[in-house]
Amino acid sequence: MGRNLVGNHIRKLRFNHNEMTQQQLADKVGVTRQTIVALEKGNYSPSLELAFRIAIAFNMPLEEVFYYGEMKED
Amino acid sequence: MTFQEKKSIVSLFSAILIFVSYSLYMYPRYPDGAPEQTELFRYWGSFVLILTLVSIIAHIIISIVFNLIYRITTNEKEPSFEDELDKLIGLKAFRNSFFVFVIGFLLAMGSLVIEQPSQVMFMTLIVSGFIAELTGAATKLYHYRKGV
Repeated sequence: MGRNLVGNHIRKLRFNHNEMTQQQLADKVGVTRQTIVALEKGNYSPSLELAFRIAIAFNMPLEEVFYYGEMKED
Repeated sequence: MTFQEKKSIVSLFSAILIFVSYSLYMYPRYPDGAPEQTELFRYWGSFVLILTLVSIIAHIIISIVFNLIYRITTNEKEPSFEDELDKLIGLKAFRNSFFVFVIGFLLAMGSLVIEQPSQVMFMTLIVSGFIAELTGAATKLYHYRKGV
């Protein structure tokens, strides 16, 4: 299965937010930890609603959490 | 390995265990040489109905035991709800499983067209149901490991 073109900076943002755990983020946005793992691995493109919820959890605009295309995570 | 991956593997093996053990239990009870066609239909009807019942009960018991073992060994609670990823994977698993069953159903009807005995039709239907269940569990395992 090819990697998704929708990438994200979730891992980095979790680290920058007091080293938030995957479970804490999952609880905040209402998904299971497995989904956060899949997102960080680039194995899953979230729904628009979940993408917004994650951006709100980090208090950032959507485009600073998610990107489209080949851009690599720092 | 995550909870969902482990659960898919358990579903896969429990489906095999339930089907094989039930078939081995029912095989000697086949009314061989029964003069009445109705006796054969009764046998296959009860085979499917009892298998459905046994399968549901066994899956519930295996699921409870698995959850208990998972909690004890990992000190983690199993997810209490299905999120969008679980639902998406569930739908893909159902689609593949349904596709396999429909192929089996068509083969079963085909066996009647080419004048095969009725037990060929029943066996094809039952086996396709079994393979469809395996396909569903294997699809879930694949998508939980490789992504959607």
